[in-house]
Amino acid sequence: MSQALTTAHSVVAPSVLSKRIAGAIVILYALVSMIPLAWILMTGFKTPPDSIAYPPKIVFAPSLEGYCNLFTTRTRQTQEYIQSLGPPQTICDEITRKRDMVIAGPSNYVPRFWNSLVIAFGSTFCAVSLGVLSAYAFSRFRIPLADDLLFFILSTRMMPPIAVAIPIYLMYRKLGLSDTALGMILLYTAVNVSLAVWLLKGFIDEIPREYEEAAMIDGYTRLHAFFKVVLPQAATGIAATAIFCLIFAWNEYAFAVLLTSGEAQTAPPFIPTIIGEGGMDWPAVGAGTTLFLVPLLVFTVLLRKHLLRGITFGAVRK
Amino acid sequence: MADVALRNVTKRFRSVTAIDGLTLDIADGELTVLVGPTGAGKTTALRIVAGLEKPDQGEVWIDGRNAADLEPAARDVTFVFQQYSLYPHLSVFDNLAFPLRSPARRVAEPEIRKRVEEVASLLRIAHKLANKSTQLSGGEMQRVAIGRALVRKPSVYLMDEPLSSLDAKLRGDLRVELKRIQQDLGATILYVTHDQIEAMTMANRIGVIDKGRLIQVGSPRQIYEDPVTLYVAQRFGQPQINVLPAGLLPNGALPPGAVTVGARTEHLDLRKDGGGEALVEWVEHLGDQNHLHVRLGAHRITTLTPPDTPFKSGDRVAVGLTKPLYFDARGLRVRSA
Ligand SMILES: Nc1ncnc2c1ncn2[C@@H]1O[C@H](COP(=O)(O)OP(=O)(O)OP(=O)(O)O)[C@@H](O)[C@H]1O
Ligand SMILES: [Mg+2]
Repeated sequence: MSQALTTAHSVVAPSVLSKRIAGAIVILYALVSMIPLAWILMTGFKTPPDSIAYPPKIVFAPSLEGYCNLFTTRTRQTQEYIQSLGPPQTICDEITRKRDMVIAGPSNYVPRFWNSLVIAFGSTFCAVSLGVLSAYAFSRFRIPLADDLLFFILSTRMMPPIAVAIPIYLMYRKLGLSDTALGMILLYTAVNVSLAVWLLKGFIDEIPREYEEAAMIDGYTRLHAFFKVVLPQAATGIAATAIFCLIFAWNEYAFAVLLTSGEAQTAPPFIPTIIGEGGMDWPAVGAGTTLFLVPLLVFTVLLRKHLLRGITFGAVRK
Repeated sequence: MADVALRNVTKRFRSVTAIDGLTLDIADGELTVLVGPTGAGKTTALRIVAGLEKPDQGEVWIDGRNAADLEPAARDVTFVFQQYSLYPHLSVFDNLAFPLRSPARRVAEPEIRKRVEEVASLLRIAHKLANKSTQLSGGEMQRVAIGRALVRKPSVYLMDEPLSSLDAKLRGDLRVELKRIQQDLGATILYVTHDQIEAMTMANRIGVIDKGRLIQVGSPRQIYEDPVTLYVAQRFGQPQINVLPAGLLPNGALPPGAVTVGARTEHLDLRKDGGGEALVEWVEHLGDQNHLHVRLGAHRITTLTPPDTPFKSGDRVAVGLTKPLYFDARGLRVRSA
């Protein structure tokens, strides 16, 4: 920006006071939104008695009991039996034995978490791939009834999942798709692809078609031009769309509860069941929830460079 | 190199007729300039030659072949677009190499490097090859865009106002450079511009189009000296041709149907005359020459005079005409018998 613009009334340089006020509001908002997260993080490192202590403990001796319980199943044993075992092999052995229990085996958390990863990333990949192709078609070709089609695509997003849950449940049973990762990927792809088409169409509309035309004159096919020219320039939009799709698929609960119960169960319906295993095990729930947040966090941080520009829906692209 | 022919080409976009029965021949090795007001259909004409638009009627011939069924990639043409010329996600080098790396060509990398460097030094952007294409000045971007057309050595170059976004100095430099390159390569170029100096200096032939129709085509000299319509006459010449009611100034018998008379500097004859009916309003000093603004009743006349002009504002002058251009009520040229 040029010097001349940085006056007291300039749009580009807000005054110090308004900057401070804006900063304070943002910090306050961030703190308030962080409280539940901080609470979950803390609960994961408490012991079960600490986690239900009243008044709630802010300062406590951290323990890995929650994480141990999250990853294992345990059985209650007599003192004599525990004494007869050798020295504890791991820190979790030690913690468990103090509660008169021994580790019986791994819990289902890791396979459920893995299901979540496969289903969320798989469906995001499919939704974004299909979305970018159809958005390109809507953007570049003359399609009969294009506007009606676009509205129709969006309308699939308007009904609540629960309204279609029963028919889908019945269909999936017939097709052998219930409680399979493939079934969940297909379902989440179907839900997300409408959002993906709409978001991506906006981004692709903004890429001048002269770029592809130049490539086509230079000896590239349209498909080549699409990969070499359109995709790289749509990167911002693709990243933003991928994050929106991933957030939905990662957090989805209603379909997951109904359609997955064993093999393909994802983490969201699994985490509440931890409570049931051996009393109110809040630390294990806290631990499971904390770990559940990590993939989205990593993905978002990795793509944040694109996001800042992407989430404004192209408004600030040059 | 190749010749290009448009045969009675018409292109409509819904209700708009962008090109209306255009017939134009571009000889091998010739630089033809298209000029015309905005919306005249210049870009559309280039796009039709490139194969980016299909004409509703008419034919395009390139190098003696009917191009109707040829994809853009198969036409061996290149296109410098009016805007959006460079791929922002590629470096300058990769932008220049892009046409050579196409699946249709697959030039070997060492050969690509050689050609890119050749063209880059020709356009004086060799030191910018490693830059991202977004880190260039407007003039450099434009040169890279032109360079991308040059690396390929196609049979026909299509250029849509390639110098329009540049400042006057750079535009002048590049204009001369482009013309020199064209002559060296013997390139066939169809070139669109709004700039009359570019048109006059670069063209072998100029085609003037308006509302999708070709109004006149000819050498720059023909277009300037012998315009067929008032629009063409007004399009060329600095200062713009003076348009006066026919008969305002005495000049013998008028050709039949003449309604307006067009007078350029060379058609005007000014003499200092205390009893003259015209008044010098002011003299604009441009350095190498002067613009002389003369008021004649309700009309203004602008003409050129040498820097050491004897005229100054307030002078009374007599105005005469020699062989001016006459136009009828529709703006068509009428010639003296
Ligand atoms: N894809 C399109 N769809 C609809 N109308 C179009 C399209 N392309 C061009 N036109 C119309 O065709 C006419 C000619 O446009 P064109 O771009 O060829 O003009 P131009 O001579 O290049 O103008 P300029 O000097 O402003 O670049 C205009 O009226 C324009 O609105
Ligand atoms: Mg144009």
